[in-house]
Amino acid sequence: MNNFPLLPDQASTYATQVDAIGLALTSLTAFFTAVVFILVTVFAIRYRRGSNVNRKTAGDHNTWVEIAWSLPLVGIALVMFVWNVKPYAEVFNPPPDAEEIFVIGKRWMWHLQHSVNGIRENNELHVPVGRPFKLTLISQDVIHGFYVPDFRIKRDAMPGQYNTVWFTATKPGKHHLFCSEYCGTDHSQMGGWVYVMTPGDYNNWVRSGGTSAAPPKTPEQAGYELFTQLACGNCHKNQDAIRAPTLYNLYGRQRNLQNGKVVTADDSYIRKAIRTPEEVLLQGYNATMPTYKDSLDEEQVHDLIMYIKSLGNGAATNGKTAATAPKQGNKPTSEGEQQVTPVVTGATQANSAPQVDTALSNPTVKPAKPTTLPGNATSTVGGSTTR
Amino acid sequence: MSDAAIPPGILIERESANRPNYLNWSHTVKDWLLTSDHKRIAILYLISITFMFGLGGIAAMAIRAELVLPHGHLMESETYNKVFTMHGVVMIFFFLVPSIPATLGNFVLPLMIGARDLAFPRLNLLSWYLYTIGGVISLGAMICGGVDAGWTFYTPYSSIYSNSNISVTLLGLFIAGFSSITTGINFIVTIHKMRAPGLTWMRLPLFVWAHYATSVIIVLGTPVVAVTLGLVLTERLLHIGIFDPAIGGDPILFQHMFWFYSHPAVYIMILPSMGIISEVVACFCRKRVFGYSFVCGSTLAIAGFGFMVWGHHMFITGQSVYTGMIFSALTFIVAVPSAIKVFNWTATIYKGEVVFSAPMIYALGFIGLFTIGGLTGLYCASLTVDVHINMTYFIVAHFHYVMVGGATLGYLAGLHFWWPKMTGRMYPEGWAKLSAGLVFVGFNLTFFPQFILGWLGMPRRYHYYPVEFQTWHVLSTAGATVLAVSYIIPIIYFIWSLKYGEKVGPNPWGAAGLEWTISSPPLPHNFDNLPTVTWEAYNYEVPHADEEVDHSGGIVGDEQPSH
Repeated sequence: MNNFPLLPDQASTYATQVDAIGLALTSLTAFFTAVVFILVTVFAIRYRRGSNVNRKTAGDHNTWVEIAWSLPLVGIALVMFVWNVKPYAEVFNPPPDAEEIFVIGKRWMWHLQHSVNGIRENNELHVPVGRPFKLTLISQDVIHGFYVPDFRIKRDAMPGQYNTVWFTATKPGKHHLFCSEYCGTDHSQMGGWVYVMTPGDYNNWVRSGGTSAAPPKTPEQAGYELFTQLACGNCHKNQDAIRAPTLYNLYGRQRNLQNGKVVTADDSYIRKAIRTPEEVLLQGYNATMPTYKDSLDEEQVHDLIMYIKSLGNGAATNGKTAATAPKQGNKPTSEGEQQVTPVVTGATQANSAPQVDTALSNPTVKPAKPTTLPGNATSTVGGSTTR
Repeated sequence: MSDAAIPPGILIERESANRPNYLNWSHTVKDWLLTSDHKRIAILYLISITFMFGLGGIAAMAIRAELVLPHGHLMESETYNKVFTMHGVVMIFFFLVPSIPATLGNFVLPLMIGARDLAFPRLNLLSWYLYTIGGVISLGAMICGGVDAGWTFYTPYSSIYSNSNISVTLLGLFIAGFSSITTGINFIVTIHKMRAPGLTWMRLPLFVWAHYATSVIIVLGTPVVAVTLGLVLTERLLHIGIFDPAIGGDPILFQHMFWFYSHPAVYIMILPSMGIISEVVACFCRKRVFGYSFVCGSTLAIAGFGFMVWGHHMFITGQSVYTGMIFSALTFIVAVPSAIKVFNWTATIYKGEVVFSAPMIYALGFIGLFTIGGLTGLYCASLTVDVHINMTYFIVAHFHYVMVGGATLGYLAGLHFWWPKMTGRMYPEGWAKLSAGLVFVGFNLTFFPQFILGWLGMPRRYHYYPVEFQTWHVLSTAGATVLAVSYIIPIIYFIWSLKYGEKVGPNPWGAAGLEWTISSPPLPHNFDNLPTVTWEAYNYEVPHADEEVDHSGGIVGDEQPSH
């Protein structure tokens, strides 16, 4: 390895944007530093005491000069600011087609799970080049920072809050993964490697089950199992009931809370609704749901969120009564997959859909036969709850 | 002599050198520890902060020694964490924040405005006691057991998870914070109420303006950090959820409250230093500071904008991206007044009559290093770039350029400038120039490699690091060694000069300013007759104060440029 490195690898699309701005800043710094150094040195030597030079007309005030050297600075500052706005706004807002990876930071390791194929990794991350990946980060204890210098991305993993960041890797190879936020004794050892692979290598890696020993289960499937095990379906039916609202098409929908707030049902909202439901009570419901704050860890909560997400997206129903059927509901599903721990095929989104109906209505009985979701019916009902 | 206008450069009382001065009118310990004389309190502070600087420096050397090897060789990770925490806490709270205001400010500010003391002399003494008590408590906690939270004390690590002596340390910092506040109040009232007749606001030396702005920041900001530390204590001791989400708190709230003080605190450290540079550059260019009103205005602008940029520490934490954008824009803007100062100092040198004295060499070093420190601040203001460099060695390098290259070099410039005034004796100028040059070289060698390390992605607060970064760490440690030597030399010659330094008259530099019209060291009550000011600041056009006289007794002869 190079023992005298000057610049880090450029291994993501974001890295190119950062480096362009970095280069501009370095040019500005070099230019102004040179101007100040040269002027100070030249003036100090030329006008040293005893040198025979013309010191007349040395004014001590000139408003025009002051304005002349201040205004351009304001201009440069504003240009640099504006240049930064777009890439910064984008790096934390993943594109919709990005594959999700769930990241838990805990002292002193990174735990990562691919949502599409369910592969889990510790302190390592395998991704292919050319595909956007969304990281959803949370910490189980103190603040950590997920930092891949060669991607130029860094995002804090906060306790109690999901943060997101995304990247598209561009260069196959092995890249450092660091924890950037001081987290205690072994902070400097909390890290590992990001392996960027060619799409072919990556597919092979996924097919062989990645680094997992056990056959991987997707978060959605784990979430379904948990949903069943906790008997959530006793109250959360396939349509709004007296005790609890349905979870069909919940994701992305506006929720009217009893505290007067209207919030969008996103990851953070659902997390809160599971862990501390009394804080986000929905209008028209009593506080009957138990608190899962102490009984579920972050990974389990995330599994449940992913499962609920698979029950359809209700964003389209916001402000409308009849909405189009959710994407998943209309998907034809293959038979016989729902009970089996699935082989990683990437078709997992469809997997859980058939299980949903039964899970919601009767968690103890496993579905005998996959059915398609009654998408239209539920979304209409869902629409009315938001009133 | 009457209270009538005293032309600058004319001594009030030549023979005052033979009268008892503030140093020798009494020698008892009690008279020192219960003094209300701002000059004696300044000396007490000087001794205390030098002690603290030494401790912080030892911790710094331990860090640099440890980082020579990528896998550690001297200490455990836990010890390393405690050492860098101690370095940060001691240097920030017990050296940099009080350094210039409490020593040079305390000593010189009343002299500059023609006052016999600060407005509240006993409050001033209380300030030193609060500092000392806070220092003893915090240091005790850090040495007996240690603290490992980093000087930023981010929650919930500091409030819940850390097992080290957090509570006691925070208590010490809480108390020490009040020493800042009392000093700030004292300065504000003094500057408002005790200026000599005729000394209007726009005639004030820029050092006084700098201290005025600093005091305002101290008074507005320090209570916020005191409350914040109090809340951490509350959560830690009583388990009331404030910052830890597990018990209902919000960790980002801590960062907002902490940086609301701690970013302006950067300006608490740098503004007084900038004030010193204005004094020193004017004196050794024999010229009024170029664009006095702009330098003065930029001081106030920095103090004002400084309170609106704290969010740039949190671009990656999950605060809203729109919040980030506002803080980024304001941070870019705050760079402008700093640049205005640098340009004005440069313009002051133009057509000046430059004397390369030790304080001037320190000041020139300041201008260079602060320029780099300020410009690299733009990287931190850049949202996109900050995502990459935040929490890396780039930040470490940047703030050391501002805090050491800026604040500390300014402090050293000021100490060398006013040392003859404070002690009545001159240090050996040759050695002083040597150490001024050495500090510049050692500093750059220490911290420039850290910019590269940071851009490469080396996170800060890392005990173990990947092998490929080693070369840069070794260079940095080599620089730190040079830097250490350049700090030790002045300590030796300053102490030496107390006994053997050449005696100087009231105005060895031929400087303008009321503090140079009285004897060195000053009388206990500073001025026999309070002066009336009829001239602008830095009136170097008129011949000055014993410029002639001093060829015999002032500056060491062979060090003086020919004239």
